[in-house]
Amino acid sequence: MDRQALIQTLVIPAAQILAVVLVLPLVIAYLQLVERKVLGFMQVRLAPRRVGWHGLLQPIADAVKLLIKEDTVPEKSDRFLFTLAPVVTVIPALASLAVIPFAAEPFHVFGYEVNPFITDINVALLYLLAISSLGIYGVILGGWASNSKYSLLGALRSSAQMISYEVPLGFAIIGVMMLAGSASMVEIVNAQKAAGVWYVLPQILGFFCYFIAAVAETNRVPFDLPEAEAELVAGFHTEYSGMKFALFFLAEYTNMIVVSSIVTILFFGGWLRPFPNAAALAFLENGWLLFVPLVAGGFLGWLADQKLGGGLRLMFAGGIAGAALGFLIARSDVLGLAGLQVPAVSGVFWFSLKVSFFLFMYIWFRGTYPRYRYDQLMALGWKWLIPLSILNVIGTGLMILITG
Amino acid sequence: MEAPAVIFYVLASIALLAAVMVIWSRNVVHSAIYLVLTFLCVAAVYVLLRAEFVAAVQVLVYAGGIVVLFLFVIMLVSLQDTLGPRIRLHATVSGILGATVVGLILYVYSRGPLATERLLSVPPEDSAGNLQSIGQALYRDFVLPFEIASILLLVAMIGAIVLAHQKH
Repeated sequence: MDRQALIQTLVIPAAQILAVVLVLPLVIAYLQLVERKVLGFMQVRLAPRRVGWHGLLQPIADAVKLLIKEDTVPEKSDRFLFTLAPVVTVIPALASLAVIPFAAEPFHVFGYEVNPFITDINVALLYLLAISSLGIYGVILGGWASNSKYSLLGALRSSAQMISYEVPLGFAIIGVMMLAGSASMVEIVNAQKAAGVWYVLPQILGFFCYFIAAVAETNRVPFDLPEAEAELVAGFHTEYSGMKFALFFLAEYTNMIVVSSIVTILFFGGWLRPFPNAAALAFLENGWLLFVPLVAGGFLGWLADQKLGGGLRLMFAGGIAGAALGFLIARSDVLGLAGLQVPAVSGVFWFSLKVSFFLFMYIWFRGTYPRYRYDQLMALGWKWLIPLSILNVIGTGLMILITG
Repeated sequence: MEAPAVIFYVLASIALLAAVMVIWSRNVVHSAIYLVLTFLCVAAVYVLLRAEFVAAVQVLVYAGGIVVLFLFVIMLVSLQDTLGPRIRLHATVSGILGATVVGLILYVYSRGPLATERLLSVPPEDSAGNLQSIGQALYRDFVLPFEIASILLLVAMIGAIVLAHQKH
């Protein structure tokens, strides 16, 4: 093998994987800070603000704490499985990221084409379902190996819940596969571009079924029965501490990101800008030109609010002013910045923005809904989601049959 | 040896070793985990043969579904000391049956076209039609046998529900 081919087949994929695996923990650490901040805002209290300016270094402090904490193993536990459980939870979570396309257009680095995704396989959706169905082992084994009643109860609940909700999860994406005629993530987004519409419109039922089932699969509120703290202490990870606990944590948040990415790709056009075929909105291609002034304006307004006490009024005003400025820059190319267009950057921007929205939904749910009771959980899964998602498959089939 | 052959032998030996450990280990939960390892290695062999769809379904159904149900039952029911005498009978019967099946497979293997090099050959065509060709085979060419098989499964499912319901 010559040098060129070696770099293309080995070095670049390795670099891509390394980039994803290295960036991810940082993203998750700050996602968690955002979660605490947003929850604090929703519950009208101050979120962490001791470490760093407004708590900005809190995630780093948390990570260091988890790393140096004592790693306890219960005396009567199954040591081998107790150690294996966090590992087999993290591996499927990270492996799912292998088929997530963050954008379509390749970057050019030192003359090599680098795709903004690790790989694109033609059974990507099935791969995701298969890999995510393995994540359940960590929960079951962790709960069983701990040799604690709370852990075992959490593990049993979790396995029943995850098996139940895997069925509507699988059915809900069939409609998208039927419309796109492919199970490859890149092909699905391209099909949405060709159709000129995000699949959330023809697949609204599929989207609801998928998102609800996916929230249940990730064991988040309102489906967090496996770790219901009022009844089970912490469910399957009651006995875990230190780095092992951190791995469970990492896996949970990675799964949230993966689910948000899948929703974005299947139903919300992935890396495409809104209305991808409307030429009048072409300036949205440079979405970050709008977004950066918006955030900057909002931030300045927020700072002024802190000083003057305007109750967040100035924050919204600043955001709107920033967005208007950004619109001018992007639309009429005032500073010549529109020439800076890099398709991959634009794709990654829109993709991240959409993913952030669904991550925010997760946090929003957590701040809003009470936990389901166990029988309600089972009734929702088996009596509502499964029939609805099957109905969606039949409806999509009829629609394709009629429209041709 | 070429790279695919090396990978195949590594995967196959892990699968066999794990399969032996399924019956060897004293702990039922450990057995179930070794079973998952076996299934995963078999799925990897399918990928090597460019049968990605079969590999994904293998992981989804067997590793992700059936063994989870096994574990579920194992955790609900304590199997520690109830199976002593019955296990010996089971071991005898299944030993004889297993030896017969292995002998049969070896016999077929030694006579049929499998004995030649075709065992490791990979389908040459591009695997893009993997999903489509399986779908067409199941829902167009062999739709009647497929439906009969699904009715069989439906009957089994209803039977299980009826049996479980009578307990009350």
